[in-house]
Amino acid sequence: MKQIEIREEADILKIRSEAKEMAQEIGFGLVDQTRIATAVSELARNVFTYAGEGEVRIESDCRPRKGIKITFIDRGPGIEDVELALTDGYSTTRSMGKGLPGAKRLMDRMEIHTHSGKGTKVTVEKWLPE
Amino acid sequence: MVQNSSIPILKLKEFLIVSIQTDLHDRMAEQLQYDILHRISETNAKGVLIDISALEMVDSFIGRTLADTARMAATLDADIVIVGMQPAVAITLVELGLSMGEVRTAINLDEGYELLAEKLKGETPHTDDADGAAVETEEDGNGTD
Repeated sequence: MKQIEIREEADILKIRSEAKEMAQEIGFGLVDQTRIATAVSELARNVFTYAGEGEVRIESDCRPRKGIKITFIDRGPGIEDVELALTDGYSTTRSMGKGLPGAKRLMDRMEIHTHSGKGTKVTVEKWLPE
Repeated sequence: MVQNSSIPILKLKEFLIVSIQTDLHDRMAEQLQYDILHRISETNAKGVLIDISALEMVDSFIGRTLADTARMAATLDADIVIVGMQPAVAITLVELGLSMGEVRTAINLDEGYELLAEKLKGETPHTDDADGAAVETEEDGNGTD
């Protein structure tokens, strides 16, 4: 498992490339590697934008499936309305609102735990084709 | 934004060529946007080729920044062509829900150059003296750069 702190924008680059590298080691093809790197970029940006800092865990274990699991944890303001946040085009900042719904589409599973004022934990998984 | 992004912007006749060889984070993408627009107004360039063949991913921010840059360049009378997007990147962009619809793209630099050259030829009001020598009056004051 790899654990990386998000404190500045350059950390997002590091997380992207670590996730892509692990995806490649696990055996994902190029398109899936790109999907994973892109989803990771969106979610890491959310941490940086909304919480200022946080951490990311990248692991090659998402039992019972085979694949990659990436967890984003922050102590930011939390997401008030998750359903709304997953709506295409909805954003509370000047972004396009593609981050969360886009990342969900690119991955096979997304789980969001969030508490207003306490923080957010987003877990995504991508599974190897069987 | 005073500093330049470290990405070189080359001038070739009436066009600019930008090849992004490094992974971009948001601030770098914004800086590059500024640099490109600045160079367009500085050189009076009519078109810009942005080569992204080395980019392994384009996320919503980079995609939007590229699309915005193209729109802004259009207001400066310059066309932007995005060149060399990897197929995996194109697939992912669409799945992400990002439409780059208005942005012109080309498979490689050659094709991109052809697109710009065609456009330029079509726009030139003096089609009968296309050698251009007489068309340069606007730039006389600036001399060489």
